[in-house]
Amino acid sequence: MSSAGDTAPVLSVKNLESYYGPIMAIRGVSLEVRKGQIVSVLGANGAGKTTLLKTISGVMDPEKGQVMHNGKNIAGNEPDRIVRSGIVHVPEGREVFPLLSVEENLKMGAYVRNDSDKIKQDEAMVYSYFPILAERRKQQAGTLSGGQQQMLAIGRGLMSSPQIMLLDEPSLGLSPLLVREIFTIIKRLNREQSVTMMLVEQNAKVALDVADYGYVMELGRIVMADDARRLEQSKDVQEFYLGVQEESQRGQKRWKQKKTWR
Amino acid sequence: MDVLQLIVSGLANGCVYGLIALGFVLIYKATEAVNFAQGDFMMLGAFITLGLTNAEYMGLPFWVSVPIAILIMGVFGYLLDMLVLRRMFGQSQIAVVILTIALGFVLRFAAGAIWGHEPVSLQSPIAGKDVNLGGLVLGLDEVLVVIVTAVATLLLYFYFNVTKLGVAMQAASQNQLAAYYMGIPVKRVHSLIWALAGAVAAIAGVLFASKGSIDPSAGLLGIKAFAAAVIGGFGSLPGALLGGLIVGLIEPFASYYIAAGYSQIAPYLLLFLILVFRPHGILAQVHRKKV
Repeated sequence: MSSAGDTAPVLSVKNLESYYGPIMAIRGVSLEVRKGQIVSVLGANGAGKTTLLKTISGVMDPEKGQVMHNGKNIAGNEPDRIVRSGIVHVPEGREVFPLLSVEENLKMGAYVRNDSDKIKQDEAMVYSYFPILAERRKQQAGTLSGGQQQMLAIGRGLMSSPQIMLLDEPSLGLSPLLVREIFTIIKRLNREQSVTMMLVEQNAKVALDVADYGYVMELGRIVMADDARRLEQSKDVQEFYLGVQEESQRGQKRWKQKKTWR
Repeated sequence: MDVLQLIVSGLANGCVYGLIALGFVLIYKATEAVNFAQGDFMMLGAFITLGLTNAEYMGLPFWVSVPIAILIMGVFGYLLDMLVLRRMFGQSQIAVVILTIALGFVLRFAAGAIWGHEPVSLQSPIAGKDVNLGGLVLGLDEVLVVIVTAVATLLLYFYFNVTKLGVAMQAASQNQLAAYYMGIPVKRVHSLIWALAGAVAAIAGVLFASKGSIDPSAGLLGIKAFAAAVIGGFGSLPGALLGGLIVGLIEPFASYYIAAGYSQIAPYLLLFLILVFRPHGILAQVHRKKV
């Protein structure tokens, strides 16, 4: 998307700091998500990616910093207000309501809405993207397979009619084939339903493939930020996140060197 | 004939146990805390109704004071959660349990200070009347207890499975974090659950008081209802009612067929057996998360 860079950011995070008790999990993160983009945040375990999403969605309160959404600072708001304002968080590990049916799970996704006609349309829209959910609409969500639960979690998020969807590790625990399927649908939702996506992933390859822009997080900080195509070509990202190993001129493997940003 | 009457009186007691057990399970499922004051909620509901109805206090008509008492107990539950328990968020479960035990004592002595520690009876129009069902003579109170419990159960079933807020309550109890992510106001849902538990306890209290007298220590019945909830499967609403009915039925039969004293032992003996052979209870609702 070449035009993406021209539009104003719908979400911009400024100098955000969050703590888990005494531990500082994110240390002054700033980033921007522009309308219609897919933005990927990469990073290893414990880099603070999930904390970042939780702070944006209001489940955790930041110690410092701002989360600007449509010109308003939403940092520290209650999660239900943030969902109402158009940001929905699809959590890591699916987190469906296990004993409710697929249908009821979707209904809960639309909890903050009262426009029942539009909710019905959105339900049909979700079923059109995930036909398997339509087949299983009366089944308890806890009895679905992992991939189906991930689809349900995304579908449930869509039911809140979001402007921005925060996706936490949608590839977690899924087979490569399913990962490809899910990411294809994420890309389609972004294009066809114009849902802006902020995607947090350890699986850098798929995350950068669908993304327009990417950030790399390390130990609670953003250490790299670039266009997704350029990021994919960057030597550091290739080595540390894409697993490409290349002999350097001196015959050393680059992984022996220190990371440049540490 | 004897057996039928035993069954009906057992069912009537069982309904009261079941309704108290329902309160235990409602709160446990939603907040993972056990409200050991649930029996005292029942007692308080009965005394509030008594205070509104009986001639020596306010003397309101019975059918007016019952809904008021249910409402008062609902508001009491809501405020208790909002003002006290919400502040305990993040504390260990034991802290909450001890708080509710202490609350039970406070309620017991508060009721004693207001209405006296001696047994008193609720001036209820259903007490002491009989119905004749084709030669079978049953107490009107006992028949009404069964009917009211059945209606209350149906209403709750409808509420939890059909209304949006009811399904949201289920959702919040199954996965609290996900409920937050979906914009369900979890804190308010918790307070509403406490309100519901208070209202159900008030219904149980009115039914209990209609079957005989009431005194401030009637809340100790809560222990038996707790056993009933465990027998039925702690965490299952139908299980709580079933457990209550089983405990209610087992008591009169134990005293009739074994000896009088055994009616008090039998429920706990059953609890013991259930815990050994089916630790999750009869209607267990166990779910393991897929990773």
